[in-house]
Amino acid sequence: MALTTQRVDVPVIVDESKCLEKCVACIEVCPLDVLVKNPDTGKAYMKYDECWFCLPCEKECPTNAITVQIPFLLR
Amino acid sequence: MNTQYLKTDFLVVGGGTAGTMAAIKAKQASPESDVLILEKANIRRSGAIAMGMDGVNTAVIPGNSTPEQYAREITIANDGILNQKAVYETGRLGFEVIQELESWGVKFQKDHEGNYDLKQVHRVGKYVLPMPEGKDLKKILSRQVKRHKVNVTNRVMATRVMVQDGRVTGAVGLDVRSGDFVVIQANAVVLCTGACGRLGLPASGYLYGTYENPTNAGDGYSMAYHAGAELTNIECFQINPLIKDYNGPACAYVASPFGAYTANAEGHRFINCDYWSGQMMLEVWKELNSGKGPVHLKMYHLDDDTISEIESILWDNERPSRGRFHQERGENYRTHGVEMNISEIGLCSGHSASGVWVNEKAETTVSGLYAAGDMASVPHNYMIGAFVYGRIAGQNAMEHIQSLDHVEPDAEFLAAEQARIYQPLQQPEGVPHTQMEYKLRRLVNDYLQPPKSPNKMDIGLMKFVAYEQTLEKMGAKDPHELMRCMEVHFIRDCAEMAARASLYRKESRWGLYHYRLDYPEKNNEEWFCHVNIKKNKAGQMELFKRPVEPYVVNVDLEEEVYDVAVR
Ligand SMILES: Cc1cc2nc3c(=O)[nH]c(=O)nc-3n(C[C@H](O)[C@H](O)[C@H](O)COP(=O)(O)OP(=O)(O)OC[C@H]3O[C@@H](n4cnc5c(N)ncnc54)[C@H](O)[C@@H]3O)c2cc1C
Ligand code: SF4
Ligand code: SF4
Repeated sequence: MALTTQRVDVPVIVDESKCLEKCVACIEVCPLDVLVKNPDTGKAYMKYDECWFCLPCEKECPTNAITVQIPFLLR
Repeated sequence: MNTQYLKTDFLVVGGGTAGTMAAIKAKQASPESDVLILEKANIRRSGAIAMGMDGVNTAVIPGNSTPEQYAREITIANDGILNQKAVYETGRLGFEVIQELESWGVKFQKDHEGNYDLKQVHRVGKYVLPMPEGKDLKKILSRQVKRHKVNVTNRVMATRVMVQDGRVTGAVGLDVRSGDFVVIQANAVVLCTGACGRLGLPASGYLYGTYENPTNAGDGYSMAYHAGAELTNIECFQINPLIKDYNGPACAYVASPFGAYTANAEGHRFINCDYWSGQMMLEVWKELNSGKGPVHLKMYHLDDDTISEIESILWDNERPSRGRFHQERGENYRTHGVEMNISEIGLCSGHSASGVWVNEKAETTVSGLYAAGDMASVPHNYMIGAFVYGRIAGQNAMEHIQSLDHVEPDAEFLAAEQARIYQPLQQPEGVPHTQMEYKLRRLVNDYLQPPKSPNKMDIGLMKFVAYEQTLEKMGAKDPHELMRCMEVHFIRDCAEMAARASLYRKESRWGLYHYRLDYPEKNNEEWFCHVNIKKNKAGQMELFKRPVEPYVVNVDLEEEVYDVAVR
């Protein structure tokens, strides 16, 4: 089979200037397990576009670095 | 990839509402026993109540209502098909659960005299207890889990229950981060994995834009089926009236006690009760097809303070992103009705009646296997029902395991399951789970969304059966994608069960949930029974009638017909 990579607008935005390198709070609480750390920068980002716009990530972030938007298809 | 071997006395699969309670109650019953919660996400914020809850929908509080009255109301709402004894238990034990939750710090609304401030949303009776401060529910439960010394393994997804010589011996699963294969020996297992929330495809096309927490993909329905347990009422789908596109509750349960109601485009009422039922959904469907749609939740006739109070509840608890959804669209409850739509189908006994067959002790038909919460067949059970049945399962399981010893897992079974789980990793260039799932769920919409047509369902069934082979083309690049692949298998199993059960019951019942165009009437003579499904010895899906258990509360169903239409 042949695959391609498509661009997708993801609902979760992380303000990298506020994201703490040692923190994993948002990653630990996400029920869909879609957030990870970028190994190069130590910053969190949304790796998989599978979001319930439920907000634990935003709520548990100690620095308010996360903004969850309603996914584009529903907005 | 490694294999992890774990051993426990009692295994709880799914640490949501029912699961956390099951584990806590098991530990209270037998503090020296080992109890393990296996959770696909993280119990701190998982499942339907991840962000809290707006209220208790089924609170039977002494002085306000009795378990008899509650059992009667649900019997009528569910067109008579239920294990009434099981529903009665939710009414009988719910108050103790509420009191215990309160002692742990959960807050329920009280009036100025300190009495529980119950609201009427059901057709008859006050069972809704608001929780305007219900947002920390899951954190409070997690704290109790820890305090009771329950072991927790987060981010491991169960894929199969182990059954040997007719009894449960544990479960196997996948660590969704490391990719490890996990084998857990246990003397009893309770499945608490929630609804099948990813069966139909939302109209938005977004796979995870569901009413239910999308982690709940029907895992427990499928695992119970493969373990040989009976499932019931699968044709009684879950279909909800939801905010269009957002696909979450609007929510009339919160707003109607303040004076809001569901109206058509002309602003008129067409239903006289906002409690969710198949009969209500049929009225919504008719209204939408009458030219008087769209329908909306109407609040704009209320005063500003009342609307502000409703907003503070709706935007701060169970689905806090509702506020930003409306704001991004420039919508305001003061000027706009909230446009509603009919959701895609799902399976859920928490709201409807489709689930794994359980009796009033939370026992399935497999020895040592229990089920509780949305996936267990106690109709309209909602949150308190999940807590009650978690509690019942935890207590009974601890009694059941007293004289049992662990059994060595069957090596052949483990090898086969391991091969099944990891197959997509062998072909990372295979079809992505997203496309596999999208197409499957689109087919569910095409062929199963009510009203149900027999020929369409026949085609659907054929396609779902054939999809088993299509799934072999699925590829995964990492353990996370592997988790999603396994979920697509669960969804396919549920789709096949939904088609078969809907074809089997040759009548209409539960309003829109099972509205068959070829048999538009209810037929009590032939169909006053459950339709049950199980995997037979030949490995095939077998359907059969199961009689309705004798009622404990007398209800004359000829006299008492559930009708919510405004005429
Ligand atoms: C949006 C929404 C609003 C609601 N509002 C109300 C309300 O106001 N009042 C009310 O009474 N009820 C309400 N309900 C219903 C109520 O929340 C549910 O009936 C109840 O919480 C179900 O509990 P549960 O334990 O069955 O499922 P959940 O609490 O969802 O728990 C299921 C758990 O299983 C885990 N899991 C799933 N699959 C696996 C697997 N394979 N392996 C391991 N773990 C797994 C999940 O991650 C989750 O933690 C609402 C439900 C929803 C979705
Ligand atoms: S909104 Fe929910 S699903 Fe989406 S990233 Fe945050 S925690 Fe995960
Ligand atoms: S919770 Fe906030 S600070 Fe912590 S990793 Fe996530 S974004 Fe960064």
